[in-house]
Amino acid sequence: MTVLEKQTALPAAPGAEQGRGYRRRARRLSGWSFVRVLFMLALVVVFATPLLWMINSSLRTEAAIAADPLGLAGPRLELDNYAVAGEAVAPFFLNSVKLAVLNVVGVLLIGALAGYAFARMQFPGKGVLFAVVLATAIVPGIVYLIPQYALFQQLGWIDTHLPLWVPRVLTPVFATFLLRQAFLGLPRELEDAARIDGAGTLQIFFRVMIPQVKPALAAVGIFTFIESWNDLFGPLIFLNSTSLQTLPVALALFRGEFFTTVSTLMAASTLTVAPVLVVYLFAQRYIVEGITSSGVKG
Amino acid sequence: MSGPRSSVSSADMSVLTEPTASAVARPERRRQRRRAALQGWAFVAPLVIGIAVFQAYPLLVSLWASFHSWDGFTTPTWIGLDNFTAMPADELLVNSVKITLLFTLGSIPLTVVLALLLAVLCNRGGRISSSFFRTAYFTPYVTSIVAISLVFTQFFAPEGVINQVLGLVGIDGPEWLADSTFALVAVIVVAVWQGVGYPMVILLSGLQAIPKELYEAADVDGASPPARFLRITLPLLTPQLFFVLITQFILSFQIFGVVFVMTSGGPGNATSVFIYYVFQNAFSFGQLGYASAMAWAMFLFIVALTVIQLRLQKKWVFYA
Repeated sequence: MTVLEKQTALPAAPGAEQGRGYRRRARRLSGWSFVRVLFMLALVVVFATPLLWMINSSLRTEAAIAADPLGLAGPRLELDNYAVAGEAVAPFFLNSVKLAVLNVVGVLLIGALAGYAFARMQFPGKGVLFAVVLATAIVPGIVYLIPQYALFQQLGWIDTHLPLWVPRVLTPVFATFLLRQAFLGLPRELEDAARIDGAGTLQIFFRVMIPQVKPALAAVGIFTFIESWNDLFGPLIFLNSTSLQTLPVALALFRGEFFTTVSTLMAASTLTVAPVLVVYLFAQRYIVEGITSSGVKG
Repeated sequence: MSGPRSSVSSADMSVLTEPTASAVARPERRRQRRRAALQGWAFVAPLVIGIAVFQAYPLLVSLWASFHSWDGFTTPTWIGLDNFTAMPADELLVNSVKITLLFTLGSIPLTVVLALLLAVLCNRGGRISSSFFRTAYFTPYVTSIVAISLVFTQFFAPEGVINQVLGLVGIDGPEWLADSTFALVAVIVVAVWQGVGYPMVILLSGLQAIPKELYEAADVDGASPPARFLRITLPLLTPQLFFVLITQFILSFQIFGVVFVMTSGGPGNATSVFIYYVFQNAFSFGQLGYASAMAWAMFLFIVALTVIQLRLQKKWVFYA
């Protein structure tokens, strides 16, 4: 709420003269805010159009798309496209779901353990270690990928799902940082009280502390899900077999093979985006909170 | 720090008064501290192992590889600095650096200005409308770059949506992805469209932290809206702008997904950005040593640029 809107909400201004002045200004301003909202809605159209077009085209025939690329006539509910796309996409969808689950569970567990240790425990080397964890964020991914390929070759991990979750789960940098922040914000009395009751460190961690940082866990879980789902480099480099491929990368690699029409390609794209969109729309509050607290302190 | 130190001194005092009790207490305390350290290390152990095995070790192997000729199968041979000295003469590399810089020059100002505009717009208005708009503008950021690039491939087709819309206002659009100039413009458009949500949320959080009293005071002084923006909003937003700039530089040097799906580096090599070229060298041409050297060169460049930005921040970033 802006200052001026707040002023217009006042029932009566102290002086009549002054009050009229405010009111006039408020009217001019609400004209302005009308323009502003229109402008913002226009921007929503710009940001939503590609996704809406994708969904719209996935529900039309190929001939209709060719005749009217803008698709202003709207969808025809051609669900055949989804029958074709769904059948082609199903195994990749399952691979992506499996990897997303492994990554979310693993990152939450390892990240919460490390975040708690950095926030609340005393051990030698803590400061240096935390600096190292933060510094890894600046290294471009491509620097790791080439030697990781050689490493996974030696381990016999190439063309398995292991390179797509083990490294991510064991290096939860963002999760560690965000959960450390969350644990730092909790009062010490919580642990002290539990300790007096005779609880051990693990018990305190799982029973007392973890339930207190649920919003941060939600943010980390959602981010990990999105990252795992949308990962491009990993599946591209470490997988060879078609049957192991994840959904987005399969879409990029086999588009000409499986989806010969724009309409089925858009149906497959919609299926690729849908899980993330659903999670995002239900949990966008946590995403915003997560980004905000990972950024700069004001 | 003051906690343990004061407890040590109280233990020392007890030595004078109660020698037998302290003889029990001191090893007990040391034992407790050792246990706490062990527990701490146990909690971070998975992370430490992960960073050592999957980041630190690969980082060193990569450095080692950059001094070798290595195809990934046969034994690498030491060639000293040859990989690095070969870079300036590699026309495709020079081209990819040029294109990456052009991409950065195009995408960063657009992204930052657009993110600032969206954040300012979202910051006004009620809580519900503001969260609706924020959700809408942020959505592209979470969607798969592959799916998005496939949609935009259709949009930028010669008879596609973009040229149809341009045709409505009488503009004869170019053949975007087949045109060596406009292909990069298309890549920039997609990258900005997808990437602007993240800086917008950062800037919005900065805007929301600015005390309302400042604007009220400016109102009393009769400050015009542009003056309020330039004198209050912008200076107080510089920490967030600084963070956004640093992260955007690091991200835009690593642009890959859009190029991989939409243009494959083409037409010709018009959108062959740096990471795409490194990727080709590593996984298509079997030049792992050379690719590692290029990756390390980029890493050092990013570090240098970040250090310079950290130095420069004193000149323009305002910490309240």
